[in-house]
Amino acid sequence: MGICELSLREMGSAVARRKVSPAELVEAHLSRIRVCDPTLRAYVTVNEAECERLARDRGRQSGGPPGVAAPLNCIPIAVKDNICTKGLRTTCGSRILRNYVPPYDATAVSRLRDRGCLLIGKTNLDEFGMGSSTENSFFGPTRNPWDLERVPGGSSGGSAAAVAAGMAAAALGTDTGGSVRQPAALCGLVGYKPTYGVVSRRGLVAFASSLDQIGVIARTVEDTAAVLEAVSGWDAWDSTSARRGQVRARQTGEVGKSGVLRVGVPWGFFSEGLDPDVSDVTRAVVSKLEKERWAFEEIDLPHAEYSIAAYYLVADAEASSNLARYDGVRYGEREGGTDDLWEMYVRTRTAGLGTEVKRRVMLGTYALSAGYYEAYYLRAQKARTLIKRDYEEVLRRVDLVLMPTSPTAAFRLGEKLHDPLAMYLSDVFTVGVNLAGLPAVSLPSGYSRSGLPIGLQLIGRAFEDQTLLEAARLFEQVVALEARTPAGLKGLLESGRGGA
Amino acid sequence: MKGFESVIGLEIHAQLLTRSKLFCGCGTGFGAEPNTQVCPVCLGLPGALPVLNRRAVELAVLVGEALHAHTNTSSVFARKNYFYPDLPKNYQISQFDRPLCSGGHLYVSDGGKRRRVRVTRVHLEEDAGKSVHLDDAGGRRTLVDFNRCGVPLIEIVTEPELRSPSEAHALLKALKQILEYTGASSGNMEEGGLRCDVNVSLRRVGERALGSKTEIKNLNSFRNVERALEYEIERQAGLLAGGTAVLNETLMWDAGRDRAVSMRSKEEAHDYRYFPEPDLLRLELKGDWIDDVKSRLPELPEARESRFVESLGLPPYDAAVLCGRRALADYFEEVARLTGEPKSASNWIMTEVLRTAKEGATDEFPVTAANLADLLTLVRSGRISGKMAKDVFARMAGTGETADDAVSRMGLRQVTDVREMRTIVDAVLSENPKSVADYARGKKKLFGFLMGRIMEKTAGQASPTLAESVLRERLEGVREGDANT
Repeated sequence: MGICELSLREMGSAVARRKVSPAELVEAHLSRIRVCDPTLRAYVTVNEAECERLARDRGRQSGGPPGVAAPLNCIPIAVKDNICTKGLRTTCGSRILRNYVPPYDATAVSRLRDRGCLLIGKTNLDEFGMGSSTENSFFGPTRNPWDLERVPGGSSGGSAAAVAAGMAAAALGTDTGGSVRQPAALCGLVGYKPTYGVVSRRGLVAFASSLDQIGVIARTVEDTAAVLEAVSGWDAWDSTSARRGQVRARQTGEVGKSGVLRVGVPWGFFSEGLDPDVSDVTRAVVSKLEKERWAFEEIDLPHAEYSIAAYYLVADAEASSNLARYDGVRYGEREGGTDDLWEMYVRTRTAGLGTEVKRRVMLGTYALSAGYYEAYYLRAQKARTLIKRDYEEVLRRVDLVLMPTSPTAAFRLGEKLHDPLAMYLSDVFTVGVNLAGLPAVSLPSGYSRSGLPIGLQLIGRAFEDQTLLEAARLFEQVVALEARTPAGLKGLLESGRGGA
Repeated sequence: MKGFESVIGLEIHAQLLTRSKLFCGCGTGFGAEPNTQVCPVCLGLPGALPVLNRRAVELAVLVGEALHAHTNTSSVFARKNYFYPDLPKNYQISQFDRPLCSGGHLYVSDGGKRRRVRVTRVHLEEDAGKSVHLDDAGGRRTLVDFNRCGVPLIEIVTEPELRSPSEAHALLKALKQILEYTGASSGNMEEGGLRCDVNVSLRRVGERALGSKTEIKNLNSFRNVERALEYEIERQAGLLAGGTAVLNETLMWDAGRDRAVSMRSKEEAHDYRYFPEPDLLRLELKGDWIDDVKSRLPELPEARESRFVESLGLPPYDAAVLCGRRALADYFEEVARLTGEPKSASNWIMTEVLRTAKEGATDEFPVTAANLADLLTLVRSGRISGKMAKDVFARMAGTGETADDAVSRMGLRQVTDVREMRTIVDAVLSENPKSVADYARGKKKLFGFLMGRIMEKTAGQASPTLAESVLRERLEGVREGDANT
């Protein structure tokens, strides 16, 4: 294994100490992409020319642009393709935006650029973030580097696959109902979803505005914190961004030091019907942590059973309105051939939007319609309030909540594609966090019998992201998971070398 | 119409006079090149988010307070969803069940009667763009100008309490005046600064229940509002008289053909699927902040008008004209303050100033308040006559000169010195011995003739009162109040 497997921090210091030139670092990643991505299809667009040019320029300067320092200088970071990048097409995995080039950078992206990061490419996703497998993309499915016949999770599956396969040091994803945490879990990575309002949503193409949050996928907690520090913090361009949202990467070491960490586990909520591999990993991790003075107690989340229903109503209602702008009038693909405005709308959206998107837009439209609003949208909002209260009450007694990120390890391509309900249920452990606006992080926790990664998530109190990150670091140290090379990736690299 | 009464409610949209749009920093100027005042936010590009313009909230609250409405400390923005090419997000950010201001009223004077009309609500929303339909050498097509998109509007909804088209017209006039006084809106209908939709239904006199109503849109002048209501009331009355029910529908006023055309029926009505705008926080206003805005409310037209009558002694008609526009009332008050003579200030403004302003077709006053005040002071002191002053005013309006400069440039001055006047009068008398002799024999009418000679000799610059008294003195040996000789 080489340069592409280094942690972000290791890469940053290698560049800073000139052990690796920016050009070498970029070339290593681009060549990895050339070898692996034709199969994995993690990227929709590779930003090759810009990265090569910037790397050359940085190589000539000593220590990068002024004010820019390690660890992020020259680090190749992948960005989910529903986050706007100026001059670089942003498709949202949709046919309707397949040639759309934004005229501005998302705040998170411009903050990464300011720190010297190189945007190595735009990653594949379920169209507009709607899905849990990255199969709902106009650009075709992404494969899981651990097993090429399996999905990487979703909707940030491209971001997870890219990081897992060494095609980026870290990646931005978006998490509306688990879309950062679940693919991170299925690809053996850290996936961080900040408190709602910590990272600006400006430039994040909205799926469900009250739930969407940009998150980070990386190999270690430290790497995650470095990227999160760069992208977090108040933004005047996003009214829902928080004044107290800045996260610092530096650890204070306070967490766990002063006493025991109290952790609640809702065994009753997730145990029934849980995949035995996931169940075993959960128990093994809990017993490891108990030995390190983590005090576990069983907690009850009485309204958690309504979270899937509430989530899909709220998210789809907002989506039905957010996606109305893709109408062929101003930008995106237009299906012409008619003089009638309404007919143009119908043709454009019929051709331009995928099946799952259409299903959700219809569901959401229905939930907001006169006569149904009270029964669906309003009730879902009430359930949301109760779910949020459950968490608030529990988090008064415990510091963290722990539970599996996904009920299963990575599933096979196509396995749930034609059963939307089964697909929706794979989000059962993640959506509650979005409804409550809380921070949560999925951490690599073990392997299934067939060698697939399994993740557990820690959930913290709102705006206590700093504490959650420190707890995550402790978790990482205690669990001390052996590093493995994803099997699928190994195969690709071997055949790639063979071919070369 | 016999046996029926009409029930009318108005929905008025007024553009707020902010420099930037409601949710982004783009300019709001009228008449810019199409699609030059736009950005990702007002174009609804993917990922763009709205950020509320504080000034727009201030102005909307100011209007709410001027209408005696209650400003809600917590209000909610909502999305109104419908597809239209000039609405780039295909939803409009508006307010729905939690508006900025609720309740309120204003007074409407129509045909000598003054009535209180209740205002249901005042809320903030963004404007849409403008579709331009073309059918020319380039073919039949529609272009969209997004400059207006995101311009801040307030929607003011009245209770259905108006009883006649002319009362609706009067309400619009009163409202426009209030908007102009608060500085919140120009109230200019032609530039789209003020737009009005009307709801109208008929019911039998004495009945309480409302009949089924129609809504008329696309009314772009006060005259059109009145005309459309007259048309629609007559149409509904005709239907009801013939035993036909009025359909609940939305009509579009066609000013060119002077009639309303059906746009859509109740069954085709939009379901706007309102829901709270998740990109904006609930708008929370502190009581102190609202009080601060309230404290900046100017004296409103109604109060000012009665003060002009009661304290300054103006005739009600003059007071009403002067209070018609805030700038005019301010101008009057300034002239009145500087001269200490409200009545003559009012007379001058009602005649010379307004006439000249109208000819120039401009909003600006032809002569500044300070210059006009100086002119009136010259008249009062007798340095120039009232008749001369009109010529001086005309010159000042043309050149922008001060009163003193204009008077001296025109070589004007009034002969007010007694000795000088005696010399002039004596000269006139010696030039007209026959008339003097005839006067002495009793032809008193010749006094006027001699006065004319004096005026002629002085090219009109003789003070008439002084000339008269000197002439009388010379002819009859009467001396009046002249201590200097």
